[in-house]
Amino acid sequence: MEKPFAITLDPGSSLANRTGSWRTYRPEYLDRLPPCNAACPAGENIQAWLFNAESGDYEKAWRSLTVNNPLPATMGRVCYHPCEGACNRQHLDASVGINSVERFLGDEAIKRGWKFVKPEKQSGKRVLVVGAGPAGLSAAYQLALLGHAVSIYEAGPAAGGMMRFGIPKYRLPRDVLDSEIARIVDLGVELRLNTHVDDLKQAMAEGRFDACFLGVGAHIAKRAYIPAGDANRVLDAVSVLRSMEGAHEEEMKPLLGRRVVVYGGGNTAIDVARTAKRLGAEESIIVYRRTREKMPAHDFEVEEALQEGVMMKWLSTIKEAGEGELTVEKMALDENGFPQPTGEYETVAADSLVLALGQDADLSLLGKVAGLVIDQGVVQVDAAMMTGCPGVFAGGDMAGNDRTVTVAVGHGKKAARAIDAWLRGGKYEASPKPEMATFERLNTWYYSDAPKTVRPVLDIIRRQSTFEEVLGGLDETNAQFEARRCLSCGNCFECDNCYGVCPDNAVIKLGPGKRFVFNYDYCKGCGVCVAECPCGAIRMVPEEN
Amino acid sequence: MSYQPISFYQTGTFTVGNRLLAPDERSVQAQVKRYNSLNSGHRACQGCGEALGARYAIDAAMEAAHGQLIAANATGCLEVFSTPYPETSWQIPWVHSLFGNAAAVATGIAAALKVKGKHDVRVVAQGGDGGTTDIGFGCLSGMFERNDDVLYICYDNGGYMNTGIQRSSATPPAARTATTMAVGAEPGNPFGQGKFVPAIAMAHDIPYVATATVADLRDLEAKVLRAMEIRGARYIHILVPCPLGWGTASGDTIKMARLAKETGFFPVFEAEQGVVTGVLPIRKKLPVEEFLRPQKRYAHLFGKQPKVDVIAKLQALADRNIRKYGLLGEEH
Repeated sequence: MEKPFAITLDPGSSLANRTGSWRTYRPEYLDRLPPCNAACPAGENIQAWLFNAESGDYEKAWRSLTVNNPLPATMGRVCYHPCEGACNRQHLDASVGINSVERFLGDEAIKRGWKFVKPEKQSGKRVLVVGAGPAGLSAAYQLALLGHAVSIYEAGPAAGGMMRFGIPKYRLPRDVLDSEIARIVDLGVELRLNTHVDDLKQAMAEGRFDACFLGVGAHIAKRAYIPAGDANRVLDAVSVLRSMEGAHEEEMKPLLGRRVVVYGGGNTAIDVARTAKRLGAEESIIVYRRTREKMPAHDFEVEEALQEGVMMKWLSTIKEAGEGELTVEKMALDENGFPQPTGEYETVAADSLVLALGQDADLSLLGKVAGLVIDQGVVQVDAAMMTGCPGVFAGGDMAGNDRTVTVAVGHGKKAARAIDAWLRGGKYEASPKPEMATFERLNTWYYSDAPKTVRPVLDIIRRQSTFEEVLGGLDETNAQFEARRCLSCGNCFECDNCYGVCPDNAVIKLGPGKRFVFNYDYCKGCGVCVAECPCGAIRMVPEEN
Repeated sequence: MSYQPISFYQTGTFTVGNRLLAPDERSVQAQVKRYNSLNSGHRACQGCGEALGARYAIDAAMEAAHGQLIAANATGCLEVFSTPYPETSWQIPWVHSLFGNAAAVATGIAAALKVKGKHDVRVVAQGGDGGTTDIGFGCLSGMFERNDDVLYICYDNGGYMNTGIQRSSATPPAARTATTMAVGAEPGNPFGQGKFVPAIAMAHDIPYVATATVADLRDLEAKVLRAMEIRGARYIHILVPCPLGWGTASGDTIKMARLAKETGFFPVFEAEQGVVTGVLPIRKKLPVEEFLRPQKRYAHLFGKQPKVDVIAKLQALADRNIRKYGLLGEEH
């Protein structure tokens, strides 16, 4: 070819120069485990459903959420959200309001009538679920999705377990619970109410069940011996809360009187004291043997109760229940933090005393099940939630000491996956957990300042007299805002930073939803992408040579 | 400021892209089919700030000029690493000038285009701080005073890094270079010397002057796009950290630029007709020590006996920038 004067070569491209050979470390994309997911007892993939909510695809977000938890509207109200306690955003401003977004998605699903998708194939296996509480419902839901025929035998007159008979309406409206249960039943789950299982082996044989999940809960109130005169009313918290669920509320209201004393320091004690206040009690007093800091109840619930006028009497034990009054002994904490009696007594006026001292599980149905081990009222299960009896799995309050709705939902899910594996002749193995996306992994420069959205709280007068829901929900605009506060810890959210900051154009953008790949022909291994990845989804690893 | 941070998105506009933004609100660098004016295979060091800054700036200028752009390039790192004969990394018409005459060559190109009536073809000149603030300064000042229709972009890494890290008039005080060793009573580059060319450019009353860093892409792109809307002499001075010359880890390039801005050590602002019209405010003010400590060229300040007096003098320079340009923003 004819070339201009003094030109002997065509212009070449620097693409001929494979600078990737300079590299001693190579960047790699990875998904790290966000702390919220790690903390969730139900094993929700929170970061993933927030990712969908951020772009306004609420149905996709809800479908992603319900892979692990079929009760988001319920959980968005009653969960104690350990995820928010673990959230990395708390080190910037405040944790992401995960619980409030979950509730928004749950409410949105009810409003829009979203349904679960039935599985295409049936396995032909039959599984019995005993108890329609959160553990049983979760297990039934997961098993139904896996194609198994599921029957729930529930001893009570309605499904929901402690969600219905333990949690007051002002925290969980019953129409919300009913909608979420109905959606599980719509999957083809058989729900038999008022069906008490006395003999598990017999029930399984009669129903030709291949496996069974036990989630009978813990609803027998623990008692403490307190000498009581005839005239005094001593009740237990479980029956007080259960009686609130009667068909005719006015008739069934428990008679507590004007001055109510609740004995105990857990969330149930708080629930009863707040319920008493709503039933018209002038004084609702919680008596607890230790201090506020030592109370097992969650602090925000204690705070809400105090706002509603519930009174607290710390460091006190009840010695005797006389007519119209209680004898209380003052306690003092010893050097180990345990309360010790002081010998000082006082009297507290009370028309009734409600004991909220914890609950035991009714394990009578397990009498004839071989191999099953019960230790201090708790059914022992292995890592796959299976009891000592093959094919019999258990979860929820009866199988653990961490007794919350969220833990129960997690147990149900895990057991269902284990039952599925067992029915196929295998053994359930949890997938290995990726490394944690700790705060130090993030480059928080890139996140805008955005304070937490506070949920509206019901007016105090209505809280003291009605059972309306105390905590309101978010609407679409602020729910989306809240979702967008998520830092997406450890998981690429396609911010294009790696693609932009590479001085060597060695990152290839694959397009929406497809993330990026490195072009190792030209990547020099400088590590700028790793340093500037906001969410810690890239790592550097040494090259072999 | 011509760029508006979008509030309450997951990452605002600090990241390169944001899937939650409408496509036209995203950065030039976030596009799948961006120009990549400076292509892969160039021989810049690992983590080179100048290679990054050049692609950011020229891609934005290409976007504004719809691909009709000619660049004149002064001798220096950028020229050496991008065009070892017969290879080139440039995917635009590109002319290598002498070390000192990039502005004059660009002026000539602009004049030729004017004669040929090609008003849609735009001209940029680019060079490092040596070719701009020292060797090419006469040509640059001439280009300014004649108000030639050229956008001049200076990539400032604070020295002659290509030839072995010698001092330039843009080397900051107390920095160690091959020609300002960390010895004697006043180790490193002397205080009271050097010049800040953006301020000199403003003194020419040219239509547009701006500073930027590779740590704030959206700001940098907005400034290039603004400059390309204007005809006449325009000047953009971009701080581009040099891992080799500064003695920093290759992965910390953007972090160093961010620290220079957040400490007030390098003021980020824009000016039209000689008047400052906007600053990129400091988000979280940091002491200048945060910027100095990671750099080996300042290692002599952080020995067993830290030179607190020298650090205090550098802090005073940063504080003066903060006061002079109002870098703490309105709320402060």
